[in-house]
Amino acid sequence: MNISPNKKPSARFAPWEDPAQKPLVRFGNVTKRFGSFTAIDNISLDIYEREFFALLGPSGCGKTTMMRMLAGFEKPSEGTISLGGEDIADIPPYKRPVNMMFQSYALFPHMTVEANIAFGLKQDKWPKQQISERVEEMLSLVQLTKFAKRKPHQLSGGQRQRVALARSLAKKPKLLLLDEPLGALDKKLREKTQFELMDIQEKLGMTFVIVTHDQEEAMTVASRIAVMDDGKLIQVATPEVIYEYPNCRYVADFIGDVNLVEGRISSKTEEMVKLAWAEGQGDIDISNKNGCAAGENACLAIRPEKVHVTREEPQDVDNKIRGVIHDIAYIGNLSTYYVKLGNGQIFRAQESNRRRLANREFTWDDQVWLSWRNTAGVLLQK
Amino acid sequence: MDRKSGRFLLIGIPYLWLGLLFLVPFFIVLKISLSDIAVAIPPYTPTFDLGAGWSGFIQFLSGLDFENYIWLIEDDLYINSYLSSLKIAFFSTLFALLVGYPIAYAMAKAPSEWRPTLLMLIILPFWTSFLIRVYAWIGILKPEGFLNQFLMMLGIIDEPLQIINTDTAVYIGIVYSYLPFMVLPLYSALEKLDGALLEAAEDLGCTAIQAFWKVTFPLSMPGIVAGCFLVFIPAIGEFVIPDLLGGSDTIMIGKTLWADFFSNRDWPLASAVAVVLLLLLIVPIVLFQRQQERAQEAEK
Ligand SMILES: Nc1ncnc2c1ncn2[C@@H]1O[C@H](COP(=O)(O)OP(=O)(O)OP(=O)(O)O)[C@@H](O)[C@H]1O
Ligand SMILES: [Mg+2]
Repeated sequence: MNISPNKKPSARFAPWEDPAQKPLVRFGNVTKRFGSFTAIDNISLDIYEREFFALLGPSGCGKTTMMRMLAGFEKPSEGTISLGGEDIADIPPYKRPVNMMFQSYALFPHMTVEANIAFGLKQDKWPKQQISERVEEMLSLVQLTKFAKRKPHQLSGGQRQRVALARSLAKKPKLLLLDEPLGALDKKLREKTQFELMDIQEKLGMTFVIVTHDQEEAMTVASRIAVMDDGKLIQVATPEVIYEYPNCRYVADFIGDVNLVEGRISSKTEEMVKLAWAEGQGDIDISNKNGCAAGENACLAIRPEKVHVTREEPQDVDNKIRGVIHDIAYIGNLSTYYVKLGNGQIFRAQESNRRRLANREFTWDDQVWLSWRNTAGVLLQK
Repeated sequence: MDRKSGRFLLIGIPYLWLGLLFLVPFFIVLKISLSDIAVAIPPYTPTFDLGAGWSGFIQFLSGLDFENYIWLIEDDLYINSYLSSLKIAFFSTLFALLVGYPIAYAMAKAPSEWRPTLLMLIILPFWTSFLIRVYAWIGILKPEGFLNQFLMMLGIIDEPLQIINTDTAVYIGIVYSYLPFMVLPLYSALEKLDGALLEAAEDLGCTAIQAFWKVTFPLSMPGIVAGCFLVFIPAIGEFVIPDLLGGSDTIMIGKTLWADFFSNRDWPLASAVAVVLLLLLIVPIVLFQRQQERAQEAEK
């Protein structure tokens, strides 16, 4: 990137907020059925140029099917998919400016690593010299230069995955589809490759759609995340919004850790909602952002790291509950406290471990106070 | 019996089998091929006489020579027979490949619940005797046979084609008879092919036809090689098909051998023909074995 020193990076990248922007990919009421089974259920979705778009969802929710429709291997049963404004239903896969990295890698077993990567380039009749340069570049990107002459069956699972990644990247397609591109890599290599992918994507101005099971990965790389379940889109938003303002229990629960407190809205003012959640406990204050009415059932979703644990009763806080430490999960930099409330519910609170283990503040069966601000959680109805 | 001798026995059985049913007969044939023709029973000399002792054995050895092999080289008939057999076997293999590949391909692409049935259909002809099936072709190919009647009924031809008793009939017979040996290995290679590979090829810019030549075809190579050897090797020595379907000018080494053995009662010369044929076949058989080993290696 060339950012001149006296110029701030240009405004935040958010073409989806700009109604004048034309999407690169548009799913218009797309439904895909296999026999009587509905794999994709009436999805409408816009993906913009230069986006790094993540599809997130449980196994079998239809992520690969979405990708396959974009690549041209499946046709929507209903609805249209357009690419750059053009309906692509009748364009065969080999004519689409789209490349896909397959979840199963699909490496050609009779070709060396090198030949696998060069395959698409040869097909496009690149000059020899350029092909070998590009292959070199790709090999060093995925750190497989030493393995150029091997056949796929002589590689480890992670190495194969990297070959598949290199092969799909080689043609610099306008739209690159990555179906779980990094699942078989160890954490270090995965993180490194994530950043390299982001780098490539930015440098070449490509559009990436990535499928992943790993929400942390989605949070790291994506400009926007689509959370799917059972063939439907549940929420499409930036990682921050998905995390801080999930639109339903499913998303809140799927992304990260969350405490869900079920209750009934006892009163509602212009800026505050009160949630009655258990007999003999004070109502919880939640700053009012949702359009729910008094008397309705609702649920507070609050992330563990937004909840403080203290021994003394805290002053000047919006919400506080008493509880007993039921369990402690130590994960190095953080500890998660499982606190049992009066009604038996387990509430999670997370504190960073600034001190050594030996001088830890709390231990099992300690009486503690949990507290949080009224802006810390969100009220969910679905 | 301890475990070790038990193991030897187990390994020994196939060797014993090979020895009794292959090596011993081979050496008998080899010995006859070195003998001379005689008007006697058996019709060659010398014969081995255990009672004559050492001097008898020396005399027996001195009676053996390579005359028959020299004769094979000198007489054009034999060289022509070998060459003609190689040619017929080669083209039959090629035709069987051209016919068998689409069949195997279609079988491998068929819905999986259909495949066992299709496989069954390929194997079904083996339930009828080979000889009867070849005879049936006479009925089909002869001038007043089904094929000619059918073509004349359609008005494609005016008078019957002479197919029976020509090389064409021999090709038809060999391709028909050995087709299952071509289709089965091809099918097993094609069926293993992962459909995602073709999608990957298309994704990277191949049309379906290009994807076939760049992915399907090279990956089915082990099946092609296996199928070709399985057709080529038995086709070289084929006797029944050229005898029943071929004409008098169809020469194949199997026919020549038969004529020497039964018509001329020249057992020594016929044995020499057989030994040379065997040596000729060893080359492709060894190649075939090596290819099979390599294919297995690659699959690991
Ligand atoms: N060709 C097909 N025929 C029938 N059903 C199919 C077919 N392809 C996919 N499905 C079904 O569609 C649903 C979605 O499949 P898909 O492969 O898109 O899931 P996914 O989200 O990619 O899952 P995973 O995370 O496990 O890869 C699954 O229930 C699957 O069984
Ligand atoms: Mg998938």
